[in-house]
Amino acid sequence: MSTVRFLIRRILTGIVVLWLVSSATFFLFFAAIPVQDVARNLAGRAASPAVLQETINYYGLEKPILVQYGHFLGNLVHGNFGNSFYYQEPVTTIIKQDLPATISLVIGGTLLWLIAGLAVGILSATRARSLFDRLATVGVLAGISAPTFVVGELLILIVYTQLHQHGIGFIETGYAGITSGVGPWLGTMILPWVTLAIVQAAVYTRLSRGSLLDTLGEDSIRTARSKGLSERRVLYRHAVRSAMTPVVSQLGIDVGGLLGGVVVVESVFGLHGIGQQVVTAITNGDQPTVIAFVILAAMFVVVANIVVDLAYSALDPRVRIS
Amino acid sequence: MSITELQYQASQAESAPVAAIEGRSQWQLTWRRLRSDKVAVASIVVIILVILFAVGAPLVAKLTGHPVDTAYTLTGENSFGNPVGPGTHGFWLGTDEIGRDLLVRIAYGARISLFVGLLTTLFATVFGVTLGLIAGYFGGIIDAILARFFDAALAFPYIVLALALASVFGPSLPIVIGVITFFSWAGISRIVRGQTLSLKEKEYIEAAKSLGAGPWRIMFLDILPNLLGPVLVLATLYIPAAVTFEATLSFLGIGIPEPAPSWGNILSEAQPFYAVAWWYVVFPALALLITTLAFNLLGDGIRDAIDPRTERLFASSKAMRKRGKRANPAQGDLGQPILVGPDIAVNQSFLSGGEV
Repeated sequence: MSTVRFLIRRILTGIVVLWLVSSATFFLFFAAIPVQDVARNLAGRAASPAVLQETINYYGLEKPILVQYGHFLGNLVHGNFGNSFYYQEPVTTIIKQDLPATISLVIGGTLLWLIAGLAVGILSATRARSLFDRLATVGVLAGISAPTFVVGELLILIVYTQLHQHGIGFIETGYAGITSGVGPWLGTMILPWVTLAIVQAAVYTRLSRGSLLDTLGEDSIRTARSKGLSERRVLYRHAVRSAMTPVVSQLGIDVGGLLGGVVVVESVFGLHGIGQQVVTAITNGDQPTVIAFVILAAMFVVVANIVVDLAYSALDPRVRIS
Repeated sequence: MSITELQYQASQAESAPVAAIEGRSQWQLTWRRLRSDKVAVASIVVIILVILFAVGAPLVAKLTGHPVDTAYTLTGENSFGNPVGPGTHGFWLGTDEIGRDLLVRIAYGARISLFVGLLTTLFATVFGVTLGLIAGYFGGIIDAILARFFDAALAFPYIVLALALASVFGPSLPIVIGVITFFSWAGISRIVRGQTLSLKEKEYIEAAKSLGAGPWRIMFLDILPNLLGPVLVLATLYIPAAVTFEATLSFLGIGIPEPAPSWGNILSEAQPFYAVAWWYVVFPALALLITTLAFNLLGDGIRDAIDPRTERLFASSKAMRKRGKRANPAQGDLGQPILVGPDIAVNQSFLSGGEV
């Protein structure tokens, strides 16, 4: 019961947050940019006043801002983001087109950084102060300090350029859909995944190492050992499981923020996902696409937060959600 | 012997051993621990060098004889019109694609990076601390409203907002500073709010209230001093995040507009030259990495110095052993070290994770 109540409450507050974010974006675009400029963007620099007026009428830009806002909210409730100013297509169609690249990036990158981060973290914690631990610590600090685009650029410089100069062409930039074969798809995805992993895994290594060291010192672990359980079982069944709670909450934050963040990775590697689309949309003055992206990204954060709170209570029975 | 003389002698006798022990404030102790931390000292030295590099940028230009915006199309480019490498024709770190001196541009870029990093951290700290104190101290409806704003600020994909603002107003330094500040204060607010919630229940706050202290006096004179430790650590860790943030925005073409050099926009222009000019990517990238790494190491060092109980991430085994030898009761006179725990780790990584 309490779970249902919790969900309802969180969804309602989530809707409030989404409404705030989407309204802020709407007014930023439609109140701050003069109608004439929007129309000129749409109709072209050389458009005659008559054409401009026609454009304004066509998109309903002449209506009072509050009427447009009401219209915008009404559409939003039905999951309709309106038509793109640039492509003369519904925004949802454009997003659907670009989603595969972004989803490939997010899922593959998250898996890679989780596996790498946790593996290094667990190994460091069980071998605290060893050479491995020390090296890992240096790597973690470098990873935390490195801006994503710098890592991406250095990877292109070192891996992509070198391979190509030696005539090896497996790794490519751009995006090859999975329909064009697993090989080409992997070739375009590996560097973006590794970039995400290098930047993100550091945090997880640090988090899981610290949390696991704390947990290993707890009485419950001593009890488990004194029962005669194997060290492996103690570690993975008992310690790692209860050490995962901070990792889960961090994962929620990171995955939630990732949709806003893929913009950089997609720009560095020329991956045609929604992140790169939104950069194009902004240069084109394509407001509906930008607003849709902002709302989508904010929704991601809200949903990720709810999922994290639920996962939290599933992992650690002591946590009660309320 | 008069009584006053006796008193005098007694006081002399008393004060002698006291002088030998010499009381130290918590900040003095923190500073001593920080000074004995080699990594922290090294990062302070690096940071000072970077600051000197930035401040002395005109000097670098004078020394090399290459003004920051001058394109040397004859000496600064090879016969294909590509940048020339380090050491060629007196360009110590090579040139960029129109033949400008890379070293001079990196020096001027350091000015922007540090300026943006320090200023936005200052703004975000002042905003964040004030709003966090208000939310935590007053609670109730004020807290609920502010909490929604924290959430909205954290839920907003900031790169998109920066893109939007840049497209509306054109990219500029004030926009960059505004955007970075807007997305940094909420994290500090959350931590300050949480700490305020627990501190305001303490007896000494009760005492202050019973003496008639108003809410603002209590917030800023009684609660805030106890939060300075975590706030200082957070602020130190925010600086590299802000430097990265600025570089990222400039990289995407929505930060510092050309021709002013910023590490981010230099790296953005370097993109087409991977195959012919490695120095064009490597040197600005190194400048950025060294700066952010130094601030992060310093932040860790300050955290350890404030609370010696936290486990050191970067301790040499020697320092570890020394710490073990130190008598434990010595920690007693620290009073209550403020725990700068996982909260900050989460928060800092929010910043670094958010900007992916």
